Parts: sequence; C-alpha cells; structure tokens
Amino acid sequence: MIAIVDYNAGNITSVCNALKRLGAEWCLTADEKELQKASHILLPGVGDAAEVMCKLHEKRLVEPIKAIRRPVLGICIGMQVLCRDSEESDAKCIGIFDSHVRRFPSGTTDKVPHMGWNSLHNLESKLFKAIDPGEYVYYVHSYRAELCPDTIATTSYCGSRFSAALKYENFYGTQFHPEKSGDVGERILKNFLEIC
Amino acid sequence: MLAKRIIPCLDVKEGRTVKGINFEGLRDVGDPVELGVRYASEGADELVYLDISASREGRNTFTDLVRRIAENINIPFTVGGGIASVDDASRLLDAGADKITVNTAAVNNPELVTQIARRYGSQFIIVAIDARLDSDGVWHVTTHGGSKSTPRNLFDWALEVEDRGCGEILFTSMNHDGTRSGYPCETYRKLFDSLSIPVIASGGAGKWEDIAEVLSQGKADAALAASIFHYDNMNILTLKRHLASAGIPVRI
Repeated sequence: MIAIVDYNAGNITSVCNALKRLGAEWCLTADEKELQKASHILLPGVGDAAEVMCKLHEKRLVEPIKAIRRPVLGICIGMQVLCRDSEESDAKCIGIFDSHVRRFPSGTTDKVPHMGWNSLHNLESKLFKAIDPGEYVYYVHSYRAELCPDTIATTSYCGSRFSAALKYENFYGTQFHPEKSGDVGERILKNFLEIC
Repeated sequence: MLAKRIIPCLDVKEGRTVKGINFEGLRDVGDPVELGVRYASEGADELVYLDISASREGRNTFTDLVRRIAENINIPFTVGGGIASVDDASRLLDAGADKITVNTAAVNNPELVTQIARRYGSQFIIVAIDARLDSDGVWHVTTHGGSKSTPRNLFDWALEVEDRGCGEILFTSMNHDGTRSGYPCETYRKLFDSLSIPVIASGGAGKWEDIAEVLSQGKADAALAASIFHYDNMNILTLKRHLASAGIPVRI
C-alpha cells in the first residue's frame, strides 16, 4: 500500500488520479504507524514552504517522516520541504537533502513563476529509467533547490541550472509534477513505485 | 529551455463536445474526455475546456465531466465558462481542474480575480480578455463573447488583473478571431513586454506560420487553437514539427 502524507496539503486530486491510472492502491494518512508500514510514501505540497512546514509540525509529522526507511517521494513543495531551508518566508525545512531553496534570480528575461514544460538533463537515478535526457516535464514554481551532491536531474531556467530532482538514501524529490507530465511523468511515477 | 505551449480548446455543451479538432477516427466524436486523451497523446501541452451550456443542468453535467477529465488526462487542463464566484471556482478545483479561466465575470467584478488568486494561488487563474481595436485606435475590452463593448483598455485591464494576482492572460483579438488571417503580433508583443505573467494567444490562426509568428515576433508564451486543427485537419504533432523546424522551442 502506498501512503500519501495527509497534512491538509490542499489539492491532491491529481496525485490520486495519477496513482489510479497506474492501477496503484493508496491511502491518505497522518498516522506514524501507517507511514512506517507503507511500501511507498508520497509527500505532495502546494503553496508556501513555511506554511507546509507549519502544518507538518502541527500534525507532528516531521520526525515520523525522517524516520521512514521505505522510498519517499516529495513533489514540488513536498520536495522543497525535504531540503535544508527555503528562502520562502525563511522556512527551516526537514533537512534530508543537502540543498537550499531560493527564489529564481530576477533580472533575466525569463518570467517567474517558472510555469510550463521544461527539459530534464543529467539524469542519474533509477527514478529516470527509460527516460532520455531532454524529455519535458511540467513545472509551476517560483523557488528552486540549488544544485548539490543529492541532485539527480537538472533543468535550466533564469540563466542557471537547478535541481529538477533530488535523492538521498531512500528519499526522492521532484520539483516538477510527474502527475501532470504526460507519459514521461507517468513513467517516472511508475519507476518510483518499482523502487524497493 | 521552457517550451512554447500548444493548447487545443474544446467547447462543451451539455457534456458533449460541440467544437473540437481532428474528429476523424474517434469512436465517439462527442465525448470531450476521449478527445482530450487523444490531443494529449498527439502532443498537446495543456487543454482548455469551455462550458457553453446555458442551463443549470448543463453546468452540473460539466462538473461531472471535469471530474472524468481529471481522472483520465495526464497533462494540465483549464476549465472556463460561467465561473462567476469563488464557489464556482472551488467546485471546479475540487473536481480536479488545474486552472480556471474567467472573462466577463472578471470585468463585471474585478474583485473576483483577487479573491480566487488569494484563495488558490495565481497559478490557478487565467483571465481571458476579448478586445477589439476600435476606430479611435484603442483596444477596448469586450464582454459576452465580443458582443458588448466596455470603456476598459486592453493594456490597463491586463495590468490590473496581473496586479490582482492573475497568473496568465489569454488575449483574443475580436478583429482577428475567426478570420484565419493571423494574429495582431505587435499588440501581443506590447502585451508581453508590459506584463510579467505569461500571455496566451488565441483566435486568428489560419496556418502554422501564423502560430509561429505570434510565438516568435509576438513573443506569446502559448497558443490556444481550435479551428486550425478542425478545418485543416492538422495534427498537433505535425504543427509542433513545423514550429520546431522554424526554431521555436516546443515539446515533441
């Protein structure tokens, strides 16, 4: 059973629908034991990193998330809160990934938020099995994780590269939305569910 | 590099597609979900579904339809038509829509844009602007599908809704819509330069070169289209290959 971390993340319909299309079974839970028992754990996230951290603290989920030894996938803000910290409202984050989240620099012609389809490069994990460099995925965000040793994929925007995906031990994160990234995204989700 | 987006638009009435593209070869040409799945597989980057039902029953059918679209489609989609309150927007968000688009209701009640953006974020709201270049040389905003003119000016209105938290502008020139003679690229360029949110071009494409022009010279971030596919039977993938050959970054 796959567990989706339940902390009133906001709209998680698309993540649930994507799992349904893959024929996977999931449950929505904030229970520590359920999270430990799950085969895979998804941490979605919408909105502001500080707000998400606040909700995770309220539900006393920070330590239980850190303690998970099964594959965890943070999506978008779900990935950002697994980093060290975020410039967004000065949030101190969970600190699994050795990366800092900062706003895209201003002063380029690229618009912020970074919204739409952009390409993946430097793919370095079984999360990207059968995915070719240059494939496109869907993004909506204004803050991004800097490159770090945990970076397993990069995308370029506003004149520099950022972490499109991160991995540390059993923890994975994607800045893009695999649940909205067409067949490529579906393949990435499937790859995640095949990791054990 | 961020790709320029190609967005097919489907008009839906009482739960059935009344205007779509590339009908050939579908089991049920009227099913908006089946059409959407097909467009997604042909390379559409997003989809827009506009509800043109007049009745309350039609509106309820549309919400059910949005739920089915969300279950079956793996790319982002926007819904619009008749959204006049935050509750309408909430209902469609809950059903699984990624974005909503408002037009006349925003002109009548600009505060609606602020309220929706504040509640659900800028990425959730697209303001559609239908404007007409009048003999006084001003682009006047129109409502009710172009039938009513307002004193508002396109550029001022676009800046106002951006300020209110709108995430994207979908601009249709009523002088060009349906003419299949191309887009007012200068105006798109001016709009792009004055805004910091993406601009979607709509209405006027007769051939792929028109779309190429508005995405390059017009600087538009995306092009919404229906009739170019419908009348010319042009496949989305074919269009994107043409655009790529013209040096435009697209997702293929």
